Amino acid sequence: MTINTHPTLPEFEYVRPETLAEASEFLTRYPGEARPFLGGTDIFVRMRDGLITPNFLVDVKKLDGTNDLRFEPQAGLTLGAAVNMNRVIASREVQAHYPLLAEACRSVASYQLRTRATVVGNICNASPAGDTIGACLVFNGVLHIHEVNGLRQEPLAEFFLGPGKTTLKPGDIVTAIHLPLPPKGCAGVYLKLGRNKLSDLSLVGVTALGHPDPSLPSGYRFRLALASVAPVPLVPTQAETYLANQPITPETIREAAHLAAEACAPIDDLRGSARYRKEMVRNLSAKALSEVWEKLK
Amino acid sequence: MAFHKVNVTINGEMEQVVVPSNMTLMRMLREILAFTGTKNGCSAGECGACTVLLNGEPVNSCMVLAVECDGTEIITVEGLAGDKQLDPIQEAMIQEGGVQCGFCTPGILISSYALLKRNPNPSEDEIREALVGNLCRCTGYVRIIESVKEAAKRS
Ligand SMILES: Cc1cc2nc3c(=O)[nH]c(=O)nc-3n(C[C@H](O)[C@H](O)[C@H](O)COP(=O)(O)OP(=O)(O)OC[C@H]3O[C@@H](n4cnc5c(N)ncnc54)[C@H](O)[C@@H]3O)c2cc1C
Ligand code: FES
Ligand code: FES
Repeated sequence: MTINTHPTLPEFEYVRPETLAEASEFLTRYPGEARPFLGGTDIFVRMRDGLITPNFLVDVKKLDGTNDLRFEPQAGLTLGAAVNMNRVIASREVQAHYPLLAEACRSVASYQLRTRATVVGNICNASPAGDTIGACLVFNGVLHIHEVNGLRQEPLAEFFLGPGKTTLKPGDIVTAIHLPLPPKGCAGVYLKLGRNKLSDLSLVGVTALGHPDPSLPSGYRFRLALASVAPVPLVPTQAETYLANQPITPETIREAAHLAAEACAPIDDLRGSARYRKEMVRNLSAKALSEVWEKLK
Repeated sequence: MAFHKVNVTINGEMEQVVVPSNMTLMRMLREILAFTGTKNGCSAGECGACTVLLNGEPVNSCMVLAVECDGTEIITVEGLAGDKQLDPIQEAMIQEGGVQCGFCTPGILISSYALLKRNPNPSEDEIREALVGNLCRCTGYVRIIESVKEAAKRS
């Protein structure tokens, strides 16, 4: 058997439409054969490995507004699909208002890969391991999607159907992810466990966000999102609800972390066993919630 | 498969090449233009041996399509030195012994060069973070990191 350690990309046609309308029209004309792409850091790897064989790659990087990173003090952040992660990390507005998103981006791969990798590509790829998805979930992100018939918006929380599976239909192009204004006084943290300290895909990823909320019995709302522990990026709502109703103490934080671990359905794979992952969710959720709580009180 | 005409500036020189859709920037550099300083280590975005500057920012050239580079400026390791003078990062790498087999060196030089451009005085942690996508099987990294520190002092 010969092993080709340097496979080249299989044959395909590169297509670069001038407008979103043209792009959606093309994608609808060739369902199953044409795919949109941004940085290509997921799609090229999967093509080289022979997992997918699209006939057309449709470059959606230069289209109407997809390169904009815009913060509006009344409305929040709109992150164009083609904005790469290094731009997100370097943005003063992201650093000031959504440092959690910058922290999540910084945990992805390497500097040179992040020159190409995008947050929207990370989302559309729909891997449960996607490092930036958790931050977008806890900030209640909304996707802007261009389809043949116009535009629609879709809450990120309803977008994921399974590993690599989303609500997107042929012709749909995500043009941006919008994050509403962050809750007042919020603090967040992303804890990523990989096989090494930097650059590996997550074995387990825990995103936590907390903020004061006088309408709740505990006085605080905590949000959690878990990576690599279920078929989709997971929001353990039982843990969130529990902390909304209990006074925040080391004990209730431990109980919430336990509920988060119980919500997971991890798998065994080359990066770690399901049992190990579940234990790590328990430990890292407790650590993440405690760190956020320290920043809040 | 369609072919595309691509105009690029490489190390300051204008080039026009014709490439198939599935050709990566790395293959265009190595196989058409003979800039073989850019290495193919993994073809998968992992090792960084193929790192070049695309419009001033480092990219894994194995993860960029050549056709996407129309109208861009590219700097490869061959473009770092001036006519008679090495770049400070190249000099430092020689002085500190940051090279063994040398396969990772072109990518390391480009990543370090880009780091020093955006952050002329990086801390050790910042150097390590900037080089996380450049794997070296020989040196154990310590001398590479010393080289970047030395280059920061010189430039
Ligand atoms: C070496 C290496 C290391 C990596 N490390 C990490 C890591 O640490 N953490 C992590 O989370 N990921 C990692 N990744 C995966 C990848 O880099 C990220 O998921 C990245 O964010 C993908 O973005 P992209 O723009 O390159 O997406 P693409 O590859 O361009 O697209 C990804 C998917 O989304 C679809 N798509 C793209 N754009 C659109 C659109 N506008 N509308 C609809 N669908 C669209 C594509 O068809 C494709 O299926 C790594 C990849 C490599 C090669
Ligand atoms: S050859 Fe491009 S990263 Fe290894
Ligand atoms: S010197 Fe041999 S791989 Fe780095």
